[in-house]
Amino acid sequence: MNVLYFAWVRQKVGRSDEVIEHGPSLRTVGDLALLLASRGGGYAEAFADLRRLRAAVNQHHVGMDAPLAAGDEVAFFPPVTGG
Amino acid sequence: MHLNVQIQQEDFDVADEIEALTTDEAGAVATFTGLVRGGDGITGLVIEHYPGMTEREIRHIAEQAQARWTLITGITIIHRIGRLSVGERIVLVAVASAHRQSAFAACEFLMDYLKTRAPFWKQEARGEALSWVEHRASDDAAAERWRKP
Repeated sequence: MNVLYFAWVRQKVGRSDEVIEHGPSLRTVGDLALLLASRGGGYAEAFADLRRLRAAVNQHHVGMDAPLAAGDEVAFFPPVTGG
Repeated sequence: MHLNVQIQQEDFDVADEIEALTTDEAGAVATFTGLVRGGDGITGLVIEHYPGMTEREIRHIAEQAQARWTLITGITIIHRIGRLSVGERIVLVAVASAHRQSAFAACEFLMDYLKTRAPFWKQEARGEALSWVEHRASDDAAAERWRKP
């Protein structure tokens, strides 16, 4: 899966994207968020409070309970502030 | 329906965009222009987005407006990215329609949804210092009211 980070999530994790292998332990977007939080450092900071984060799978807004599949493009970001 | 969605660093010309939406079927063009507001020491904004998803999400919002107000003949949405100074234009929403009511309403609908759905993020600049703009609950409420019957 290609995982993308935007705004302060990107700043805290220190990169804009990375490839993470999909496996049976990554059933949902929330599972991936918990895995990332467990890395510690900037990841732990960025993923400390999932209520502050939003996610997209294949460029569609989704909840943390959305299912993941191999090859998905997953993005994590703060609530949007455009316009 | 004519639909034009652009994400760009460059400025836009509102008069040119109105002209582009002018057809024999259009009886009205309503436009909204968002500007970088000063005050509180703000010198500008830095705007980033999620390329691909932004265009997809805005097109989806425009299609919803078209389904809701069938008199619409054209929609143009331009959103700028990058570093903008106080007073600069950020966003244009222009709606052409047979009659004014649907043009006004759709313009507001599009802005309300753009603010809550389109993946843009702003930082406020105060000189060299940058801080992320917090999402406003009042923007969610503005979008939510369109769901009511």
